[in-house]
Amino acid sequence: MQVLAAMSGGVDSSVAAALLAQDGHEVVGVTMKLWGGPSDTGCCSVADVIDARRVADALGIDHHVFNFGEDFSARVVAPYVGDHAAGRTPNPCVECNRHIKFDRLLRRAEALGFDAVATGHHARVLHRPDGTRRLARGADAAKDQSYVLYMLGQETLSRVLLPVGDMTKARVRALAAELGLRTAAKPDSIDVCFIRRGERGSFLAERLEATPARVVDTSGRQLGEIPSAQLVTLGQRRGLGVGGQERPLYVVDADVAAGVVTLGDRADLLRDHQEVRDVAWAAGPVQGPVLVQTSAHGAARPAALDGTRVCWLAPQQRVAPGQSMVFYDGDEVLGGGIAA
Amino acid sequence: MAAVAYLDHAASTPMHAEVVEAMREFFDGCYANPTGAHRMAREARRAGDDARDILAEALGARPGEIVFCGSGTEADNLAVFGAAAGSGGTVVCSAIEHPAVLRPVEQLGGRVVGVDSAGMLDLDALAAALDGDVRLVSVMLANNENGVVWSLEEVAEVMARRAPGALLHTDAVQAFPWLDVAARAAPADLVSVSAHKFGGPKGVGALVVRDGVALQPQIVGGGQEAERRGGTPNVAGIVGMGRAAQITVARRAETVERVGRLRDRLADGLRAALEGVTESGVRPASGAGMPVDRSAKVAGSCHLCFEGIESEALLFLAERGGVYASAASSCASGAEHPSHVLAAMGYPRSLARGSLRLSLGAASSEADVETALAVLPPAVAQLRRAAA
Repeated sequence: MQVLAAMSGGVDSSVAAALLAQDGHEVVGVTMKLWGGPSDTGCCSVADVIDARRVADALGIDHHVFNFGEDFSARVVAPYVGDHAAGRTPNPCVECNRHIKFDRLLRRAEALGFDAVATGHHARVLHRPDGTRRLARGADAAKDQSYVLYMLGQETLSRVLLPVGDMTKARVRALAAELGLRTAAKPDSIDVCFIRRGERGSFLAERLEATPARVVDTSGRQLGEIPSAQLVTLGQRRGLGVGGQERPLYVVDADVAAGVVTLGDRADLLRDHQEVRDVAWAAGPVQGPVLVQTSAHGAARPAALDGTRVCWLAPQQRVAPGQSMVFYDGDEVLGGGIAA
Repeated sequence: MAAVAYLDHAASTPMHAEVVEAMREFFDGCYANPTGAHRMAREARRAGDDARDILAEALGARPGEIVFCGSGTEADNLAVFGAAAGSGGTVVCSAIEHPAVLRPVEQLGGRVVGVDSAGMLDLDALAAALDGDVRLVSVMLANNENGVVWSLEEVAEVMARRAPGALLHTDAVQAFPWLDVAARAAPADLVSVSAHKFGGPKGVGALVVRDGVALQPQIVGGGQEAERRGGTPNVAGIVGMGRAAQITVARRAETVERVGRLRDRLADGLRAALEGVTESGVRPASGAGMPVDRSAKVAGSCHLCFEGIESEALLFLAERGGVYASAASSCASGAEHPSHVLAAMGYPRSLARGSLRLSLGAASSEADVETALAVLPPAVAQLRRAAA
């Protein structure tokens, strides 16, 4: 096959490209230039491009850089800021996968005559006897990334290769070391790739108009004030300027329009159901019992799907609007959507 | 691999065999530091000064006015920063300068003058940007993307009226292979050239600094280049630059004539083969059956925008077909960036994103044009089908 391997300059995508080349595929590496602003963790710095290029050199494959910066700004960064402005808690990795890696890049690859796109995600593509495919959790439970890939449908899954999905991270690193790849010991990327660690607040403050908010308890009594309601997330405990309370208080509601952030007990966060929107299915709609995961590394909890309503078997903490909710059958992804 | 059509001469050119040969002696034969006192040093110094004489003649300068440096970019930086330093004056440049001029002008808080849709400098805007505070005006002789050539006489005329005390710098890096820079750059006080754009080695540039022009050196050290650029001279590179300049000037008329015809065939062929092609820096044909007027451009420049496609994808397919070209400028990561030149010319982003720069050079052949004409139209068609 002719495979376009997305190479971020990290160890996973380095090994993914190496495995495909070893298997005899005709592999071309590509690094996407997505963000021109300052960031220290992501896939866009010149140093990361150099790492990807040098790994490609070591593997003896061609390497190109595609600049999808305009698309990334429009489809990932702007909605990220917009969601925060509206008081939601977005997951930009999901939108990047949806719009950039598995749409923009995939279409570019197709136009150039490639059969498939490969990435270094920790997830697996299973082939069903009926010819359909399912996305499943990666072999390394701690590194599983199926959560951020839930939107991949049949059409996309048929053209995506995830070569490191059935390996543990330790095995990926060991293999990279065996192959002498310079990325073998490179730290994992964490956080949002286009924002410097610890600078989410200032990043957003530069891009949206902060709404000062009153901080109240569930009876409406004012406990304090914060400069920006948009930077608050449901379930948050710290940074609310209301220390010294006799019991731990959590954000149980954030109303940006009204400028009110409500604190309460953990119990005030519990819900027996949750509405979900913009649902994408792996292979057609599913109803009834499923497991639902509501954060990148959280546990999947049992629930029943009733239309666009997730009915929890046992009450769960309210999901922040904007977060992705992913439906599983065991390790297999059935689909997912955005918490309303 | 099939034959490669190298159509990226505006980025760099192959070195002439005679240039490689001329340089060889100075790697391991006459390797002394030319600032030394012994015989080998004197020989190295003489070789450099011979090259200086050649460059001086080719650029219409006196030998003492040539400052060798490490690149065209360094020459541009030295001109802009060096002229501005300590003067307290403002610097002015055109919007389509190479980043080697644009970035320094931006850093100095200078003024930027626009161009029209054909890539010609807006002389009225230039006049408006000039006043007694202006220390330096920097406008390129030929542009690296659209290939358009400007008249420095016209610029000097505006300067004489509006800012008579200001210096004129021209980046002649792209002009030298094609134009008589000695004549065309006569009105300029400072002139930049780069060896690897005309069959010389990379890592050598030169700046003409006319006698009497006060310039603050930007690299300070052992006082080389008459106190204007510190650092041990790159003797082999300078020798190579001299030899390349000699060859370029001697063959220039023939090269322009021959390559100009190849370029016309390439551009006409692509325009005939494809719909939705915009050629930059040209004037429309004056009548049916009349050729497009490319007289404002250097002979090696073919710069096209293809509607409905993206340069990056086209360059990929072009490379697969053996055609090496470029789009706009590439950044340090190797990513393609929107062209500031096309933006300044008022091209909409949707059109500019499909730009392709095919730059021919003295080494270009009929076969290169044939390859490009065979590879590019189907590549553009493939990408348009995929986008539909």
